[in-house]
Amino acid sequence: MLAAAGCAAMAQAAEELGDAEAGKKVFNECKGCHQVGPGAENRVGPHLNGLFGRVAGSLEGFRYSKSFRRAGNSGLEWHADSLSDFLKNPRSVASGTRMSYRGLKDETKRADLIAYLRLFSDSPSDIPEADPTAIGTDHGLDPGILALQGDPEYGAYLSSECTTCHQAEGGDEGIPSIVYWPEEDFVVALHAYKNKQRNHPVMQMIAGRLSNEEIAALAAYFEDPE
Amino acid sequence: MKLNRRVFIGAAGAAAASLQAPAVLGAGKPRVVVIGGGAGGATAARYIAKDSKGAIDVTLVEPSRTYYTCFFSNLYIGGFQELSDIGHSYGTLAANYGINVVHDWAVGVDRDTKLVSLAGGAKLPYDKLVLSPGIDFVDGAVEGWDLSAQNKMPHAYKAGSQTELLKAQINAMPEGGSFCMVAPPNPYRCPPGPYERVSMVAHVLKSVNPTAKIIVADPKPKFSKMGLFQEGWGNHYEGMVDWIGEDFGGGNVSVNPDAMTVTIDGEETKVDACNVIPAMKAGRIAEMAGVTDGNWAPVNAADMSSKADPDIYVLGDASQQGDMPKSGFSANSQAKVCANAVRGALTGSKVFPAKFSNTCWSLISTDDGVKVGATYEATAEKIAKVDGFISQTGETAELRKATYEESVGWYAGITSDMFG
Repeated sequence: MLAAAGCAAMAQAAEELGDAEAGKKVFNECKGCHQVGPGAENRVGPHLNGLFGRVAGSLEGFRYSKSFRRAGNSGLEWHADSLSDFLKNPRSVASGTRMSYRGLKDETKRADLIAYLRLFSDSPSDIPEADPTAIGTDHGLDPGILALQGDPEYGAYLSSECTTCHQAEGGDEGIPSIVYWPEEDFVVALHAYKNKQRNHPVMQMIAGRLSNEEIAALAAYFEDPE
Repeated sequence: MKLNRRVFIGAAGAAAASLQAPAVLGAGKPRVVVIGGGAGGATAARYIAKDSKGAIDVTLVEPSRTYYTCFFSNLYIGGFQELSDIGHSYGTLAANYGINVVHDWAVGVDRDTKLVSLAGGAKLPYDKLVLSPGIDFVDGAVEGWDLSAQNKMPHAYKAGSQTELLKAQINAMPEGGSFCMVAPPNPYRCPPGPYERVSMVAHVLKSVNPTAKIIVADPKPKFSKMGLFQEGWGNHYEGMVDWIGEDFGGGNVSVNPDAMTVTIDGEETKVDACNVIPAMKAGRIAEMAGVTDGNWAPVNAADMSSKADPDIYVLGDASQQGDMPKSGFSANSQAKVCANAVRGALTGSKVFPAKFSNTCWSLISTDDGVKVGATYEATAEKIAKVDGFISQTGETAELRKATYEESVGWYAGITSDMFG
């Protein structure tokens, strides 16, 4: 199944996410032109807040090269994989870019830098299927919670609360798709909302009143809603 | 997966073989009649049909062939949606879920013989009846206005031609003219939220008639998301909106639809367009069925069953349930609890505990969306609020834009949850 294959690839991408602390040091190479974090503004280069999921060359108020705008118009979006390609050799992605940077060949450093930048992009891109998750709290979850076997019939009933907003058949305009997620990703994501490690008021509220068993039931149902 | 008819019948056959003995005995399948095809009724009909896999006979009674959602109807007034974007048909519910959709008015309920009468003369027998008739207006609520005046001073509180009319009247206002809204007292259906509507009218006028004025006569001293709206009106439409609350006589209003005047606290004003939103009550069929107490129909929070009749359920705006607002989101949420209970009663399927939630998004101006929401639980007395949140004043433009985009996603989600 296409969806399942896609999820596997994403799970792998998540595992390859680097070390954000180390990435902060790598970012020193970028600081001359780019700002990131609270109050970041466009300078020589565009600011890098909310980078994940952004269409290349789309930031209002920044004058991009033609080459960059063209790349954006033809569908280039910033995610871990596209950023990695770009950082490895910027001109291979946008030949006429004004970013005078020879590229970062070291794969680990690239992953670290991307993990660091990921800290400044949050919802709605902050979902496992879209991008690796920035906050490294995923693995702090009690193994007992992860091991819970959910009841898919109960999950099917509970899911009706989700499908008021998240389309039962997928579709992710404005609100992400939640169908066919790997069970564990689903559990981790909902607990991250429940524990207020992810920032979305509706999801914090909804997840906040779900018990561990209910989260497991939903995960069991949404892994394969058929 | 969308079930096509053939697959659906096949699945129904397989499921029927493994069915437990239904709680309602007698010849043939148990019958559910749902009156009203909005967020409550359409959702209930769809979930009962879908989850019972053909074991329950579901009939949906709704006069309109095309249903225009009240939610996002203000966005049509503001020019952010086409009318056709908010219109939905019942074709999928009939074709893919096997629901018997009847386009007629329900005009009576005989609770002893368990029969619903339709204006066309037919009688529909039921084992369980779900009423989701929305609202009607309280007679004489606004002095000088009754339904016969709705073309001169539209309410636009049932989406469709009324909304179209109001939009046309706003667009036809003379330069520098006045628009007046007579806002409703609590509790009122929302969406279409009156204050989002004021924002959308202001949005239109700002571009086509920037010297026009908006007067809101309000019988309430405050309203939902008031701080957010007032901040937004100041930011986007400075000086255009004059909100007259209870303290300044906003509740002391009469209108003259022929003369197009509005008198607020003794002061008569000539207006060029006027949106009168009177006090509301449960849709008339609830009263005819004898399940109302005062203006609304009291229900048990655990399953939305009527306090007057265990075989009747009342959903959405018409119900008196406790803390939930009268929104389409609420009706949709209540419908799923009700569907689960109805199915359990008729087929012996497992009944899970009630859970309710609501979120209401409002658009103030282009890409300036706000929201308020809460979760609820069933207690012995009522549906009680557990937890909630609201957008904050001073949020970033980026967050407001994301909130608006989220509402667009929600619209796609809830309408496919209602209509399949």
